Amino acid sequence: MTKNIMIAGVGGQGTLLTSRILGAALIAQGYDVKVSEVHGMSQRGGSVITYVRYGEEVFSPVIEEGQADVILAFEELEAARVLTYLNKEGKLLVNMQKLDPMPVITGAAEYPDDLIWQISQSVCVMPVNALQLAEQAGSSKCVNVVMIGRLAQELEIPYDTWIQALRQTVPEKFLELNLRAFELGFRQE
Amino acid sequence: MKQLFLGNAAVARGAYEAGVRVVSSYPGTPSTEITEEMVRYSEVDVEWAPNEKVAAEVAVGASLANGRAMSCMKHVGLNVMADPVFTASYLAPPGGLVFCVADDPGMHSSQNEQDSRHYAKAAKIMMLEPSDAEECRDFARDAFELSEKFHTPVFLRLSTRVSHSQGLVEPGEVQVHVPGPYVKNAQRVAVPVNSRKMHVEVEKRTKEEVCFAENCAYNRIENHGSRIGVITSGISYMYAREALGDQVNYLKLGIVYPLPEKLIRSFAAQCECVYVIEELDPFLEEHCRALGVDVRGKELFTPIGEYNADMISRVVLGRPLAEHVQPLETRLPARPPVMCAGCPHRGVFYVLAKLGLHVAGDIGCYTLGANAPLNSMDFNLCMGASIGTAFGMVKAQGREFGKKVVSVIGDSTFIHSGITGLIDIVYNQGNNTILILDNSTTGMTGHQDNPTTGRTIRGIPTRQVDLELLCKAVGVTRVKIVDPFDVELMEKTLREELEADEPSVIISQRPCALLKSVRYQGKFRVTEDCRKCRRCMKLGCPAITCRNGVVSIDPLQCVGCGLCEHVCPFGAMVREENT
Repeated sequence: MTKNIMIAGVGGQGTLLTSRILGAALIAQGYDVKVSEVHGMSQRGGSVITYVRYGEEVFSPVIEEGQADVILAFEELEAARVLTYLNKEGKLLVNMQKLDPMPVITGAAEYPDDLIWQISQSVCVMPVNALQLAEQAGSSKCVNVVMIGRLAQELEIPYDTWIQALRQTVPEKFLELNLRAFELGFRQE
Repeated sequence: MKQLFLGNAAVARGAYEAGVRVVSSYPGTPSTEITEEMVRYSEVDVEWAPNEKVAAEVAVGASLANGRAMSCMKHVGLNVMADPVFTASYLAPPGGLVFCVADDPGMHSSQNEQDSRHYAKAAKIMMLEPSDAEECRDFARDAFELSEKFHTPVFLRLSTRVSHSQGLVEPGEVQVHVPGPYVKNAQRVAVPVNSRKMHVEVEKRTKEEVCFAENCAYNRIENHGSRIGVITSGISYMYAREALGDQVNYLKLGIVYPLPEKLIRSFAAQCECVYVIEELDPFLEEHCRALGVDVRGKELFTPIGEYNADMISRVVLGRPLAEHVQPLETRLPARPPVMCAGCPHRGVFYVLAKLGLHVAGDIGCYTLGANAPLNSMDFNLCMGASIGTAFGMVKAQGREFGKKVVSVIGDSTFIHSGITGLIDIVYNQGNNTILILDNSTTGMTGHQDNPTTGRTIRGIPTRQVDLELLCKAVGVTRVKIVDPFDVELMEKTLREELEADEPSVIISQRPCALLKSVRYQGKFRVTEDCRKCRRCMKLGCPAITCRNGVVSIDPLQCVGCGLCEHVCPFGAMVREENT
């Protein structure tokens, strides 16, 4: 049975690195893995989605509506946008952060209120104060790795495998910082 | 040990395993990483060429001199390189020669979604199409051998989801391929007397390739004892497998040109009903119909955009792939891509918007200047076209119109194919004004070096094209260099150059904010001197927001570029030194 993890965020929040860390951990567990990402134009501050699929044999690299077992959302509006991708028993892990998109900045649209409350009416939502934890770890830029730490609580992958995956994928210079970020996410209630 | 490879990285690995000697390309999403990944392999001579045509010519030359060679590009890049490619098909150079082209169904990062398979048919060049990273490596590796076996260049066709998906690949052995001595063969001078003979050979080899396609490992039947058959290739095969599993039989085509005949007929004969599932145009479908095979295709599946498993499940099985949660009733604001905080293009487009000029656009990050709140682009066409199209507009509307229209073009795009448009304007006595947005890199595709940056793809220092001297050398006497953050000077210069009744070039010079070498000190904040005039909001900077009339700067997004300080009339934007 193929399992599906979807990562949704804003260009620049590090969804690509997140999928690489996740991919490395899943390979170490002996799964067939496919990761799909989008580069180029859509990266520049736009909505960015990355798919991670694993199991015995994975065919399509893309997760479709109703297929995601877990959605890892780095921003509230982006969580709401990809809601339909979640399957009925799926879990939505969301970083409680609001980033205004350009139509909100220019005043053409409003950032909706109570998004997370609205989402929680239909699916299982697990909010994470990842920005705060990332700053505690040493940089607002490691929101993504805090979220991986939180995700690690939901998956049956040994702790050491995660640490090994971080060591493989994160550049040496930022490793200590990211290990701290992972730890904070992993210990989060 | 199996490793995760991006489809593009797997292509690079495959070419390396085949002993490729020369790789020459121009960046273009989704193909860029193939050539970037080649840098890992120190034995390979890899380069960024100024454009795809030159890249293809370098690869053909390397192949003529017995080296295995490859050139990689996005689908629209194939248009640029089409001229050498069509005749390379005739020349049939001896070294394995592969043209790797990445299509972009769904247009994630492109101006159109043309289907490259038509080129294979038109140029009579064999085309392989992998479905995942493992096949990317296998097909790229084998393409060189097929090229030498059939005396033809070979296309490797990718699409965004194949190029930009990672899958498991077991790296294989690396062949050592040393080119034999070069031997002149004057039959390869493509003049009519020789080309007539070469064309005969092309037709002959195509017949041989068809025989090969009938019975090779790249085209395979997966028989699950169903009465339904699916003919498919590339990423569509993966979507079909996802949707239909073992419930149907598959004819999976790894060679999409030339196509087999007997194989398709015998597959169809085993099934009561055959679907052709392929993204974009009915390429396989038309071939089947020409063979008299009854298939269902584009009457059920769209020729537009990407496919997915859900769409296939609905058509073939009559049910959706999965049930899903209902969307929220609240309307969600879109999040379009924007120029980054600190982007040097922002200053230019702020001035263009202020002056209300007509802007002929080009291909690069600055195409984002078309979006709100800058709204400063009238149209764009293709790489380098901002200059020729603007000249055409002035010809149609009259010389006065030249005072209201500007071309905007990036440094890499200008070298790619903008320079020829500029020569046209000088030669034919135009009065256009051209803005070259020199940000010291090829930005949109992820920061590749180019002839104006002074570094090669391997980061080795090299001669740098001097844009100012280049423009002067082709006969432009009015060339100005302006910092785009000095919006007052930019406005003044633009006004002057638009008035001049001769060609002008303004080089807007400031490096991309994402380059590692660019570091601004401190971040900005808004002081109580703010009079809420909202002029700064016209910049479309993602770091500046206005809630309930109060302007503020998000310290997480601000990079400290200081452009807002230049546009604020009240000095309310202040740099905080220690943040």
